[in-house]
Amino acid sequence: MDDLRLTERDVTSQDAKIAAKNVQVYYGDTHAIKDVSVEIKDKTVTAFIGPSGCGKSTFLRCLNRMNDTIDICRVEGDIRIDGEDIYDKRIDPVQLRAKVGMVFQKPNPFPKSIYDNIAYGPRIHGLAKNKADLDVIVEKSLRRGAIWDEVKDRLNAPGTGLSGGQQQRLCIARAIATEPEVLLMDEPCSALDPIATAQVEELIDELRENYSVVIVTHSMQQAARVSQKTAFFHLGNLVEYGETGQIFTNPSDPRTESYITGRIG
Amino acid sequence: MPVFWLALIVLAIAALGFAAGRSRALSAAGGDSRGLHSLPTYYGWNVALKAMVPAFFLLLAWLLIQPFYVNSVVSGMIPDSEIREGSSRSLMMAEVQRTATGLDNAIAEGVMDDAFARDPDADIADVTERLKSSGQIVTSEITRPMLQAAQELRVKSAAGYSIMSIAVIIAAVAGALWGIRESLPDFRARNVVEQGVRMLLIAAASIAILTTVGILLSLVFNTVEFFRLYPAMDFFFGTQWAPSFSGRGGSSELGVLPLLWGTLYISIVALAVAVPIGLFSAIYLSEYASPRVRSVAKPLLEILAGIPTIVYGLFALLTVGPLLVSVFGRDGLNWMQSGTAVMTAGLVMGIMLIPFVSSLSDDIINAVPQAMRDGSYGLGATQSETIRQVVIPAALPGIVGAVLLAASRAIGETMIVVLGAGAAARLSLNPFEAMTTVTAKIVSQLTGDADFASPEALVAFALGMTLFVITLALNIFALYIVRKYREQYE
Repeated sequence: MDDLRLTERDVTSQDAKIAAKNVQVYYGDTHAIKDVSVEIKDKTVTAFIGPSGCGKSTFLRCLNRMNDTIDICRVEGDIRIDGEDIYDKRIDPVQLRAKVGMVFQKPNPFPKSIYDNIAYGPRIHGLAKNKADLDVIVEKSLRRGAIWDEVKDRLNAPGTGLSGGQQQRLCIARAIATEPEVLLMDEPCSALDPIATAQVEELIDELRENYSVVIVTHSMQQAARVSQKTAFFHLGNLVEYGETGQIFTNPSDPRTESYITGRIG
Repeated sequence: MPVFWLALIVLAIAALGFAAGRSRALSAAGGDSRGLHSLPTYYGWNVALKAMVPAFFLLLAWLLIQPFYVNSVVSGMIPDSEIREGSSRSLMMAEVQRTATGLDNAIAEGVMDDAFARDPDADIADVTERLKSSGQIVTSEITRPMLQAAQELRVKSAAGYSIMSIAVIIAAVAGALWGIRESLPDFRARNVVEQGVRMLLIAAASIAILTTVGILLSLVFNTVEFFRLYPAMDFFFGTQWAPSFSGRGGSSELGVLPLLWGTLYISIVALAVAVPIGLFSAIYLSEYASPRVRSVAKPLLEILAGIPTIVYGLFALLTVGPLLVSVFGRDGLNWMQSGTAVMTAGLVMGIMLIPFVSSLSDDIINAVPQAMRDGSYGLGATQSETIRQVVIPAALPGIVGAVLLAASRAIGETMIVVLGAGAAARLSLNPFEAMTTVTAKIVSQLTGDADFASPEALVAFALGMTLFVITLALNIFALYIVRKYREQYE
């Protein structure tokens, strides 16, 4: 990375949104995440990078307890969002997921109309008082998802009929519609072409104003472009975590340097 | 020579050809299979195929055509004057054939020798006597032209079959030699075998399709025959089903409406039982059950599909019927006269259909991509919200297909209806009354002793045709639904 701009990028907030301490994840007998501690700041884009199978997606899925849907997965340790332990017995994972939205690797619009895709979350959580209210939420979400202009004339068309990049922005808009505080993105651009990727990246940068965004990516350029903080995972360990500019220009761990220069991974 | 032996000889030639072709190809390549275009066994199979296929085709064609040819030649020998009053040439030919078979059997039993059987001037009375004494069926009096025709038939057939044996063996040997000649290293035996395999598969597929077409044609012809004897309007719009078996003819009322109504009513009751239970158990099995429960419960549920329908019929007759009577019968609510009713048959048929609905729906629900569920969970939806609003809508076309398949099963079901619903054809809304269905009436119309050419028997074909059209329409509709919506989430 020869982009010196990176070092100058400022972090707009210093409040910790998510604090994870000594997190261990097991898939059956496999120890997938080993003792990871990380603090994720509010209104910041945090990138998780690392070679395939290093545990970055697994760790991401711990943050909204999506791993609960996998039978053999076991999570230990302490993860707090706004100081609240999300693995506490009193926490309802369903409510948690409304607060911590997620965008997946492959665009997965529901086989419903564009409108119904966006309205899905608000309807479930009762966010709209009436139809007009719902219309407002749908329009606002689509605008924030930077896709309103493309779909405003065909809100009743199926969401599956959109192009890949549009589908992914629709999914981001769908996640925004439930008004989450944290947005988790699991390789959101890996199924998209460069133009769609650029659109989604621009969108992520805009989302930073309102949300804490955590993005898993295989593309180091993408991490450098969109994030303020970067965490490097390797073989289930969190190797290094810090300012994006510093990670890419002056990593302190030799393994990070090897990875970003392409020697391991 | 019996056909069985002939077939064995052809197989033996093919087997020898296989060995010869294989070894010729190998030796031509100097014993090194790498010098051959194909593996050595392919050369063997090439020879075997060339020996077997033409020979068996010839055999089959000969067996089909020879009787026609011989019959037409022999039937020319019977002068018109010989055809009795009220008889026809074809009936006479049947007589001739019976006599010829009788002669064959009589020789086998030793009551006459071959020379006697061949003697065209043999004493008719003596022949008849000997045939009768050896237990052969001689229906009418044998006349001299008939005897001569029968003798001619025997001679011609015997000659034909010997020629056939020789021709088939020659074909097999010629094919084998042709194949062996070809077995040189450059010959592409593998490609030939590939063609052979393809032809075999095409043949299998065409047999299935042609049989269906044949069944359909026989249905159509008999239905047309029925409508010649009975007005179509009365059949389709008649509200009375009262076939007369007295043989007077013309007094039967064969309206299909009561039967269609019974079929429909029982099917609706059955689906009302099977669809919710089947669908809910499919959702439980695919979404909630742990893998251990699923691995036990799913096969158990599918056992239901393996129970013969007659057993369900017994269950309806002996268990469900009396149970319903004890609740709705004279001692209870007094809605029900006897155990055989629409309700009895419908409930039991519904139980029979559960595995159809659940097993198909289960597969379809499992085919909904996990990404759909993840997307919904990721938005904070609960499991049942996800199932209701995402999984089921995505799986709906397949589920509709499953339900329509179950419906066509219900419409075609016979045994449960015969035992559970009674035999009275009536148009009524009371589900506790006995009714009957199209299928049950087909059985009773064909198992009676009505003349096969009477409308009372032929109506079975019209009923079968009606049923076929309805289930075909349902199946096409199911396919259409499934096709139309299938790619929605892909």
